[in-house]
This record gives sequence, structure tokens and C-alpha cells, in this order.
Amino acid sequence: MPERLIIMNPAALQRTLSRMAHEIAEKNDASNDIIVVGVQRGGVHLASRLATQLEQICGHPIPTGTLDVNFYRDDLDTNYTPNVQPTQIPADITGKVVVLVDDVLFSGRTTRAAMDALKDLGRPRRIQLAVLVDRGHRELPIKADFVGKSIPTARAENVDLKLKEDQGDDTVYLERI
Amino acid sequence: MSWNKPHLLDIESLTADEITTVLDTATAFKAVGERAIKKVPALRGKTVVNFFVEPSTRTRISFELAAQRLSADVINFSAEASSLKKGETLKDTARNLEALNADIIIIRHSATGAPHFLSRFLKSSVVNAGDGAHEHPTQALLDTFTIREKKGKVAGLNVTILGDILYSRVARSNIWSLLKLGANVTLCGPSTLVPKVFEKMGCKVTWNLEEAIRDADVVNLLRIQHERQRKAMFPNIGEYTSLFGINKTRFKNMKPDVLIMHPGPINRGVEIDSQVADCDQSVILQQVTNGLAVRMAVLFLVSGGKGPQEVAAPTA
Repeated sequence: MPERLIIMNPAALQRTLSRMAHEIAEKNDASNDIIVVGVQRGGVHLASRLATQLEQICGHPIPTGTLDVNFYRDDLDTNYTPNVQPTQIPADITGKVVVLVDDVLFSGRTTRAAMDALKDLGRPRRIQLAVLVDRGHRELPIKADFVGKSIPTARAENVDLKLKEDQGDDTVYLERI
Repeated sequence: MSWNKPHLLDIESLTADEITTVLDTATAFKAVGERAIKKVPALRGKTVVNFFVEPSTRTRISFELAAQRLSADVINFSAEASSLKKGETLKDTARNLEALNADIIIIRHSATGAPHFLSRFLKSSVVNAGDGAHEHPTQALLDTFTIREKKGKVAGLNVTILGDILYSRVARSNIWSLLKLGANVTLCGPSTLVPKVFEKMGCKVTWNLEEAIRDADVVNLLRIQHERQRKAMFPNIGEYTSLFGINKTRFKNMKPDVLIMHPGPINRGVEIDSQVADCDQSVILQQVTNGLAVRMAVLFLVSGGKGPQEVAAPTA
């Protein structure tokens, strides 16, 4: 049985997302240019929650989309079985500020793939990265603009988050295997 | 979603879940085909060989474009210009292709089981692009994709496959795919080309066209494969057309939302009239578009690693 530590309870998760939404609004004066894009699959529900909060802060609708990065990954022929989910971006991203949202920032390879995928959909004016948990162990020179919580982890550990939208408990756990 | 196979040899050995995985992946690739930049880097640096021992234009072009849109390098290899003509065996030719480090070999061959044979000794992935009268899996997958896209589901639909069933690999692959996903399949055509033995696969066989098309949600028309018929299976083309050709009158007796499908090439005035081929219910050209997406999905999935998904899909 793996050891499970709570690193963020539901109340903390909500406060964290609220703070991140304010930071995104603070950093982007032109809130009309923001498009929030959740990376499949962990970032999708977080993106829509952040967008809902941003809409309250900015007072207007924020376009929200999903991005699947499977076609842009670099580990297809090693140990990886693709599970492709829809990519749906509601507006042209050219000239816009795309806020990429993911649950956990780890090696940075998903983010690298996501930036390549965005590049094929248009030319955003700026891409920013928002992650709920930064667990370290980067393998690429990638850094998040908005971080919910930074947690030093061991490689063998696992950060587990299940949101209510996925029939989870809105709690972030650290699993020691 | 699940796919752990290095090859696509036939539909018969696939599970419903694997078929659905291909269709779902193809949905994502169809969206890629509609963007300004229609190419993704998924198979960058991979080599795909189109090994067509039996002539083909549309399937080969579709596979070629699919491979290119995945950023793979493609070589076309046809029997006429090959050393098969000089007496080399199929096995030796395939081993030569493998020696060039081909990652995927797409094979069409007039002999049933040729792709299965290659898959037993090649390290490369093998994709069946049609083997004799046995199977044509990507055609069935694109037909099933088109039905699901247009009707929103496959289970419970009445699908009629009409024409030359006996010699048709398209029919066999379609029957497997549709039955696995829960459709009701009816086969119809001249009794010489639609033997009762097909009932053993789990479909209905009728030689009465009116009965076959009355309740059909989908009618998939097959071309008469003259090149495969060693003896005359019906008196003449005119009789086939008058008994089984889909004309305006017969079309009117079908369900108003029936889908008319055809794997091509169509013979206007033989199995289908122009008015029907070009009507709104006809999805013949959409099948071509979907074929590209489905073949991209197949090439992508057979290239995937075989490890467990947990190891494989790190969240960051």
C-alpha cells in the first residue's frame, strides 16, 4: 500500500486557483486577449475553473479550449501507448495571449509538446504557463509563469489529483511508492 | 481506449474497444486535416514503405499522404517495377525493405494472408492494405468511422452491403467491424456472389433487393470486381444493373435519411446512378476524406510503444 500524504485539501485548492486567477489577470492588462487552454487530460478541468474565476475578475467571457499534445510528444516509440483526446480551441490564437494550464509540471516535455502544438494552430503573441503543482525534475529549460504550489519530490513519488469533475475529492496527494 | 498492437493485419482479430480507439484517434486527425497546417511531427524520422504488389491508386495515395502528414518519409514500391518480376520471393523482398530500416511496411497483395506472413518474421510494423479477397481493414475502419460520424452511433443500425460480396475483402472487413460494434448487417446481391455461407459470420443474406434496402440506415455499394472473377457469375452487366443497381426509383423507397456509401471507384450507370451518387445522402467523397484520417490514426497507433500506460503517460 503506497503512503499517501495530503498536500492540498479542497479549501486550499480553491484558494490556490483563486490566487492564480488573480495573478493571471494582474499580469495581463489586456484581458480581452486571454485564451485559456487546458492540456489534455489533467489540465482541462483546471482550465475551466481558472477561466470561470477569471471571468468574474475581468467581467467578460474568457475563451477556453483544450489541447491534446499526443501528436507532438517525443516518446511515441519508447514506452508510450497514445490515448488521443479532442483538441478544441474556440478562437484563433494568433495575436492572443494563450495561458496553458496543466495539473503537474514535471519533466517539462508535455509543455514543450504543447508549445509545438500551439505553433501549428497559429502565432500567439505570448504563451504563459499555469500549473497547479510544480514538482521539479525538469529535463528541459521550461519554467511556469503561475504556480499553485512548488513541492520538492523524489522521482519515484507521484503527485495525484482527482477533481470533482472526474468524480474525485478535489484533493492533491503525494504518493510514496 | 486501448491499442497495443504493432501491426494491423485484419479486423477479425480486433476487439470492439480497439476499433473504437482507432475511430477516436482518427477524429483527432480529421481535425488536423482541416487546419491551415495539416502536418504533425508524430512520425518524424520514421520510414514508411508502400509495398503494393497488387496495383492500387487511391489506397496507395491515401496511405502516402497519411504518412506525409505524420512527417514520415515514404517510399513507394510497386510490383511492376520490382525485383519480384525478376524472380525474388516475397519474403526476400520484404527482408530487403526491412534491411533499409523501414519502420512500417504497408502491403497490398493478391494472396490472402500475405501481411500475416510478413508480420511473422519482420521487425517492422505491417499494415494490411488489402490481401486477396480476405480483408481490407483500413477501408472497413473508414466506412465505420463515416457511419459513426454521420449517424452518431453504429450499434443497432441496419447496414446493407450490396453487390459482389464473394470476391470482396471490403465486405469481409466491413462485416467484422460492423458486427463487433453491434450493427445489424444484411448482405445482398446475385446469389452466385452472395452465398448463404456468410450467415455463419452473423449477418443476414438476402437476394431480394427491395427487402435489403427497405429498412436500411446505410447502404454500402460494392463494385463488381471483374478482375477477380474467373468465370461469369451473372449473365451480364445490364442484368445486374436492372436487378441490383441503385437508381432513383429504388432510392425513393429507402429511408429518407439513408446513407449511400461506396468504396470507389464507382461505375456510374452500373451499380449506382449518377443522381444517387451525387445526392445529399451520398457520402462517397467524405469516405475519401475520412480514409486519410483513419490511415493517419492507424500509422500512428502501430508506432506506439508497447509499455503500460501508467509508465507511459507522465502527467508532466
